[in-house]
Amino acid sequence: MSANDHEGGRAAPLPNPLPRPDGELEALKRAWALPKGWRILGAVNNTVIGGFYIATAFLFFLLAGILGLLIRLQLAVPGNGFLSQESYNQIFTMHGTVMMFLFAVPAVEAVGVLLLPQMLGARDLPFPRLGAFAFWAYLVGGLVFFSTLFFGTAPSGGWFMYPPLTGTRYSPDIGADWWLLGIGFIEISAIAGAIEIIVGVLRTRAPGMTLARMPVFAWTMLVFAFMVVFAFPAVILATILLELERAFDWPFFIAARGGDPLLWQHLFWFFGHPEVYIIFLPAAGMVSMIVPTMAGTSLVGYRLIVVALIAVGFFSFGLWVHHMFATGIPARSLGFFSAASMAVAIPSGIQVFAWIATIAAGRLRLTAASLFVVGFLFIFTLGGLTGVMVALVPFDRQAHDTYFVVAHLHYVLFGGMVFPLFAAFYYWAPALSRRALSERLGRWAFGLIFCGFNLAFLPMHVTGLIGMPRRVYTYPAGMGWDGLNLVSTLGAFLLAAGVLVFLVDLARNLRPTNHDSAGDIWRANTLEWLPNHVFAARSIPRIDSRDPLWDQPDLARDVDAGRHYLPGTATGGRETLVTSSLEARPGHLLRLPGPGWAHVFAAVFTAGFFLLLTVKAVALALACGVAAVAAMLVWMRESDPPPAGMVDLGGGVAVPTYASGPASHSWWAVVVLLLVAAALYSSYLFGYLYLWTVSPQQWPAREALPPLGRTGFSLLMLAVSAGALLMARGLLAAGGPRRGLLAITVAAGVASLLAALGHDLWSNWASGLRPQASGHAALVYANAVLQGQLAGAVAVMAGFALSRIATGQVDGTRRVVFDNLALLWAYAVGQGAVGLALTQGFPRWVAGS
Amino acid sequence: MRLPVAISALLALAACTDRQSVMAAHGPEAGRVALLAGIVFAGAAVIMLVVMAALWVALRGSESQRAALAGETAIRIGGIAFPAITLSVLLGYGLWLMRDSLADAPPALRIEVTGEQWWWRLRYRGGDGAAFAEANEIRIPVGAEVEFELRSADVIHSFWVPSLGGKLDMIPGRTNRLRLRAERAGVYRGQCAEYCGGPHALMALEIIAMPQAEFAAWLTAGRRPAPAPAGQAERRGAELFLAAGCGGCHAIRGTAAEGAIGPDLSRVGGRRFLAAATIPAGRENLARFIAHGQDLKPGNLMPPFRLLAPAELDALAAYLVSLR
Repeated sequence: MSANDHEGGRAAPLPNPLPRPDGELEALKRAWALPKGWRILGAVNNTVIGGFYIATAFLFFLLAGILGLLIRLQLAVPGNGFLSQESYNQIFTMHGTVMMFLFAVPAVEAVGVLLLPQMLGARDLPFPRLGAFAFWAYLVGGLVFFSTLFFGTAPSGGWFMYPPLTGTRYSPDIGADWWLLGIGFIEISAIAGAIEIIVGVLRTRAPGMTLARMPVFAWTMLVFAFMVVFAFPAVILATILLELERAFDWPFFIAARGGDPLLWQHLFWFFGHPEVYIIFLPAAGMVSMIVPTMAGTSLVGYRLIVVALIAVGFFSFGLWVHHMFATGIPARSLGFFSAASMAVAIPSGIQVFAWIATIAAGRLRLTAASLFVVGFLFIFTLGGLTGVMVALVPFDRQAHDTYFVVAHLHYVLFGGMVFPLFAAFYYWAPALSRRALSERLGRWAFGLIFCGFNLAFLPMHVTGLIGMPRRVYTYPAGMGWDGLNLVSTLGAFLLAAGVLVFLVDLARNLRPTNHDSAGDIWRANTLEWLPNHVFAARSIPRIDSRDPLWDQPDLARDVDAGRHYLPGTATGGRETLVTSSLEARPGHLLRLPGPGWAHVFAAVFTAGFFLLLTVKAVALALACGVAAVAAMLVWMRESDPPPAGMVDLGGGVAVPTYASGPASHSWWAVVVLLLVAAALYSSYLFGYLYLWTVSPQQWPAREALPPLGRTGFSLLMLAVSAGALLMARGLLAAGGPRRGLLAITVAAGVASLLAALGHDLWSNWASGLRPQASGHAALVYANAVLQGQLAGAVAVMAGFALSRIATGQVDGTRRVVFDNLALLWAYAVGQGAVGLALTQGFPRWVAGS
Repeated sequence: MRLPVAISALLALAACTDRQSVMAAHGPEAGRVALLAGIVFAGAAVIMLVVMAALWVALRGSESQRAALAGETAIRIGGIAFPAITLSVLLGYGLWLMRDSLADAPPALRIEVTGEQWWWRLRYRGGDGAAFAEANEIRIPVGAEVEFELRSADVIHSFWVPSLGGKLDMIPGRTNRLRLRAERAGVYRGQCAEYCGGPHALMALEIIAMPQAEFAAWLTAGRRPAPAPAGQAERRGAELFLAAGCGGCHAIRGTAAEGAIGPDLSRVGGRRFLAAATIPAGRENLARFIAHGQDLKPGNLMPPFRLLAPAELDALAAYLVSLR
């Protein structure tokens, strides 16, 4: 059979004929087999790691939810003595921190890891061990961070950690350090996940899945991941600066020495506001997947939704100041942020009406998933409306930091993220579990959660407007707040009862599997509903529409029979297909790693490094750091396997097994990593210039700066390093037996990069500048810290590349290891030069004008 | 000490009369926001109803009703045009309100308010430049525009008296200026609105708006030394105040007590509340606060003076209550 009647006019023969050769399926199964028993912990399959990931995120949801219940118990009546002041302050800090950093972001990332490969028609994510590493780091770091509560050493400065309250003087205890190192570290894990998601979405889609045919959830995860890349570095920088201030007395945020507490707020909210959309967009993406299936019709307004998602991504970076309307920023500048805060409501309006239009276009089956979606529409719309209110500066000056905002943010976050997440559980469970979840229990769970939520949070709008501030561990009677608070507490427990019903449902019905799931019980439209195995779909589908399962009715049967691309393993190992970023044309075959332990150890030791640093066990921490780097090098040993010729995918499509440069998936990952580094450094640039506008008088006169000649020498060293990089590139391209020269060039180039940094540090020190002296001085040394991190990473990568060069594993073709080093190296030279211009040139320039 | 009970009883007393509601506006600034709030609430209610009605139609409407909703036109109208128009109008209104609050005539009175963990330091300046200190209870003349110069001595606090106007943060290294006017005589409660650690919940204040003449008299009296102790208990209390070292932190004008760490007590007997508007004033509560301050306001920076005998505490309290 060569023609496919169901494809009508677009008839094209399927890539692979039947019957499939003997042993093909068995080889595929062998390649993807999961480790048995406890060894499953070394697995890297996205379905396994994604499962662990979502379970952990949900555990933190439950834990932080219990903290929320404790908060509600304490506030149930005025003057309550249930919790002490310090316990309450730790608990509300942890409730916010855990919900935001250990539940919300990891949960959506987990859903991405769990669903994206299957949804895109890939076998796995492009960096399975990176994804597993991110998960293990998050698990260990998160559990240790949470357990500080049991020792009474949890942070108590609020999830927003405003200095000076969180500085050493007012928070001498270890709690703030737990927050800074623990959360800073978990953010790094979130970034690792984001890089993986970007590359996965852009480079591993099924052939034919152009960007315009990509499921909306994948779009949201793409926007999500880019937002993580640009937003998280701001808070990472902030945590670095505050930890430097706490550990070494570098006064970034101490006003008396030229720092500014508001610098923290700018950096924090430059992350913190996008964070809201980082959490919400993937949830909206889930809704955009569930609604068409349940309504039985294509999503109405697909293009408008995609434009809206991208618009939100941009807008959300322009409204961080709306968290700072009460700080005394001049009204003129507030106008801009007020306008931007309102404008961001429009993309949400587009999405809400697109979902309503889709529901109207079809017939919504009122399943448990649909109920959660309808509940979401109600709650999120209300939260959006109160969001517009607090975007109005005069109104916000009253509502800010009251229970009105507590109500608003829970409507937006619980309504906008948790409701869709529950919907997602009910919707996708059959794809991942032998049994679907119970519709009956689901309805109960929905009813209790919906009523409980509104009972708890609707009254808080009033509680806030009649004067109750946030973050108070008690309140006096007779303010009119008593009854409302009691109702909120009752509502919270009703909500908790709903979550309990959901847990019962999970216990009774969730039976995770990766080969005999309940399957497509909803008659859905997208690829994650293809028959799933441990290796994902049997063959990689070729698709030609947005709703492939509806438009290609035999797709599931054909894919499972192995009639689409790559029905087996071409090289005997794990593989997935890399396609072009826009049109999803087959590019090359990516060979994927299997289970292992190096990435697990790397994660545990990395976590150990940060956590031990927090408790000031420096020697042990350093040992862990070394062990972590060693584990990473072991992990990298198997990476970048040599080219293995061309392989046939079927249908006359043959692709290479190796790619370098922009065709390579790892080139993309490093480029995204450079975006992270650039975002981190841009945040630093902002901080430097910001502090200069706040207190320019502390900037040194020309005479106090290191002599120009010294700066010139540092620049020269950078130039030498750049020259070495170019020379190494030339040597590699020229090929031939010049391994030794190549190695020497790389080593010398990286040495001059380090020398430039060392010399700059020395010349600052020699000029009498001390980081403790002023905000300006601290910033100069912070530049060296950032450059040091980067140069250190270049040095480690160079060491790895040198070992590869020495063993003959790098040449003109097999050159990814060198290319990745070259990218980071070139960036480091550039950032070094900008740093010199800023710390040495800028003061001269402003002193001269 | 049967703590929770005692605290809740005190807290109950603390606020049985006054409220701090945005919606009970007693000043022009608060009035404008209350009106704005009313308008946006009404508008939001209408929009909420429209969206929910659209959802209902999509779910349960007739074939033709649903067809009208089922295209991109509905998205363009409901999701783009409608919010763009309403939000532009709202933004214009909001900006206009902000411009209004920028009007800059010199204020009738300036009061320096410094947020400290966990109380409010006040400094009044008379017309002749002489200044005097007060704490936690802010007296202002009715109908006059008062400018509060807001600073912080330690961490970030936020000055908020909702019946009179919106909040403004007190940030180390900065001075923020807030204009408020009380249109009616009365007591307006406020509370720190930026989490400032420990007993942040117990950092409240009161603004007492008084008729102009009364205020002028109060202001003049503020520059005079504190009254000399009259009775025997009061005299004993005055001696104890100095002997116990209270003057190391607290000042009482006209005495050797010149401490500037804690609140100025020159007229503490005239205040309605103690410990930053958390405990009702009075001889008994004063004595209790001196000995058991950490139970009444946990975390406050005054060490408890448990060694004083009950009679001594009573004498001290009697002296302090006499300072008006």
